Amino acid sequence: MNYKNFEPKIIAFLCNWCAYAGADMAGTSRLKYPANVVPIKVMCSGRIDPEFVIDAFEKGADGVFIGGCHPGDCHYVNGNIRTRRRVAMMKKLLEQMGINPRRLRLEWISATEGAKFAKVMEEFVNEIREIGPLRRK
Amino acid sequence: MARRIGIFVCHCGVNIAGVVDVERVAEELRSYPGVAFSTTYQYMCSEPGQNLIRQKIEEENLDAVIIAACSPAMHEETFRNVCKDYFNAYRCEMANIREQCSWVHDGEEATEKAIKIIKATIEKLRGNEDLMPILVPVEKKCLVIGGGIAGIQAALDIADAGYKVILVEKEASIGGRMAQLSETFPTLDCSQCILTPKMVAVARHPNIKLMAYSEIIDISGYIGNFDVKILKKPRYVDEVACTVCGDCEDACPVIVPNEFDMEKKPRKAIYIPFPQAVPSTYTIDREACLGLAPLTCAQCKEACEANAIDYDMQPKIIEEKVGAIIVATGYDLYDKNKLVEYGYGEDDDIITSLEFERMLSASGPTGGHIIKPSTGETPKKVVFIQCAGSRDVQHMPYCSSICCMYTAKHALLYKHHVPDGEAYIFYIDIRATGKGYEEFITRVMEEERINYIRGKVAKIFREGDKIVVWGVDTLTGKKVEIKADLVVLAMAIVGKKETRELAKLLKVATDEGRFLKESHPKLKPVEALSRGIYFAGCAQAPKDIPAAVAQASAAASKVLAIFAKDKLEKDPLVAVVDEEHCSGCGVCISVCPYGAMTWQNGKAKCIEALCEGCGTCAAACPSNNIEMRNYKDEQIEKMLEVII
Repeated sequence: MNYKNFEPKIIAFLCNWCAYAGADMAGTSRLKYPANVVPIKVMCSGRIDPEFVIDAFEKGADGVFIGGCHPGDCHYVNGNIRTRRRVAMMKKLLEQMGINPRRLRLEWISATEGAKFAKVMEEFVNEIREIGPLRRK
Repeated sequence: MARRIGIFVCHCGVNIAGVVDVERVAEELRSYPGVAFSTTYQYMCSEPGQNLIRQKIEEENLDAVIIAACSPAMHEETFRNVCKDYFNAYRCEMANIREQCSWVHDGEEATEKAIKIIKATIEKLRGNEDLMPILVPVEKKCLVIGGGIAGIQAALDIADAGYKVILVEKEASIGGRMAQLSETFPTLDCSQCILTPKMVAVARHPNIKLMAYSEIIDISGYIGNFDVKILKKPRYVDEVACTVCGDCEDACPVIVPNEFDMEKKPRKAIYIPFPQAVPSTYTIDREACLGLAPLTCAQCKEACEANAIDYDMQPKIIEEKVGAIIVATGYDLYDKNKLVEYGYGEDDDIITSLEFERMLSASGPTGGHIIKPSTGETPKKVVFIQCAGSRDVQHMPYCSSICCMYTAKHALLYKHHVPDGEAYIFYIDIRATGKGYEEFITRVMEEERINYIRGKVAKIFREGDKIVVWGVDTLTGKKVEIKADLVVLAMAIVGKKETRELAKLLKVATDEGRFLKESHPKLKPVEALSRGIYFAGCAQAPKDIPAAVAQASAAASKVLAIFAKDKLEKDPLVAVVDEEHCSGCGVCISVCPYGAMTWQNGKAKCIEALCEGCGTCAAACPSNNIEMRNYKDEQIEKMLEVII
């Protein structure tokens, strides 16, 4: 099947201190990336309850992105490390549920890494486009 | 809660309206549930824009507003201040349709995304509770990290205003890079002469606790209430008892290179980095000293009449509580060994700008004489290379900002020392934007007869007793070959190598050049994203002395604004435990990084003053009984729903 024309729906959970600021930096630097990604700001990536991720897929998201601070840089000491563990666990869970674990992606993006944010968004949208829609009618 | 929401879509000139169809956005949202009013305006943050919001809140009887404009990092405070006159600040939210929409997307899809972002923000807003800030006390004491000119200035400003300062310096003396300089551009006043009185003022100030030869090892807490651990390294010499007579130095048999002189001059294992050092005391270099570990040598102790030497001195950890932190850790030069094209800078006659600076200094390794290091002769032909490692994608892509100016100074001082010598400067562009800078460059070019060559040097190599410099003059298009006696590299500036570790303790991001990331590049250039932390000097970006001093005073004024209050407002976005349904499993207590979750009657309870609002506990709670104020599960679920 050819999904080339499908427009993936992607949720990006961004932590307030690093990834959200990195996304702002991508804007300030006018670095274009696909508009498929819609951000939700949370204070820390550690706030992201696995339920949010499941909920996003259930509601029809084709991909979920989580952006946090680099290890050691977390504004809240170690929330990002917990997120890393939770994401590893969620990927296993997703696999059990028949959802390709590549649909969930975690990246560390600092407040200075606007270029990385734009690049990762571009990559992730392309990856999801390649995997295809979660629901195939 | 919010039943009559007003939507205000900002054009931001053409920044948003040039991409997003703002009228359509406003139109579409008018019929969204809960929205009572929607409009657009050219600059919502301007006075008339703010007045429009006030007017419509009154006219339309709005009980909440959404400003769809730039990032909340930019103007959330501005708009919440407008709304505070009418209702709780949390009834105002911003939808970021500029940084995360119009600036990164084009056409129709940008408009669609803007609508989604605003709808999600409406859902968040509808779930918001009215909250009042939590008041916390302020420790009116400031920690300044780094004792260069920026740290010194900041410390003096705050201390003069009547508040306590702890100035921590890693090296044996304060003074930083400025103490190493000979003369300063563009006025050519002696660096030491203008700096040392300030160093002495720091040492004598009753409000400043100077902790030189000390390092920060831990920082925790938040604005108004930071807990800091400082490691005071042992000098093995009592700072107070030492009279700086120098008898110990004469007695010491160990000779090592002096870091202060860029390792171009020897010092003893017991040393004072430079004569005007503050605190004025000797220090034993633990690595080099023979007497410390096996007691094979104790010649300094025998020589010391003041009895100031103590081989058993131990490192001390000192804990301090401070309300604000200023980071002024300064810069290093980019590693010249990475410059393959310049022979890794390994040749004795290829030196860095700071090495040349020490050579020019009367107290430096050569006593102020310019020499060709390999032979000790006076160099008759000197090539200065600007942008060595700067403005180069292979190395550091940014401009190091001060090299054009100090290279002009170097060339001028060289000509004053060696009037019959020839000086060549390779440059890409001349950047002389400070006050009196352009005039200085003109003077150097015209009066001092320095040969400015516009172009980059391709290769440097040794041929006999000369250093051959190959380059291209891009104005004439001709190849240039200069057989020089001495080559001076104006090395790129990078943040101090310890900055990364310190930045981790401070939770501040650093960039490729190890510079600290400010809250906003234009409007908050001295603030960190985390409140209560400020930057001064080259720790934030390369800059000259006047800019470093100005930034230091700016940082000090920010700290004084905090200290002027008795209580600070803390975000009330804390965790709340549903005590009725809490099973008392204790998972939240184990994950909380702040110890804010505690037991109460077998159930978890959040101590609001300690909670920072990260939400790790809420995500971890197995029975979903912890909510984050105004970031509730329900709000996030609703946001997901409208986005998808």
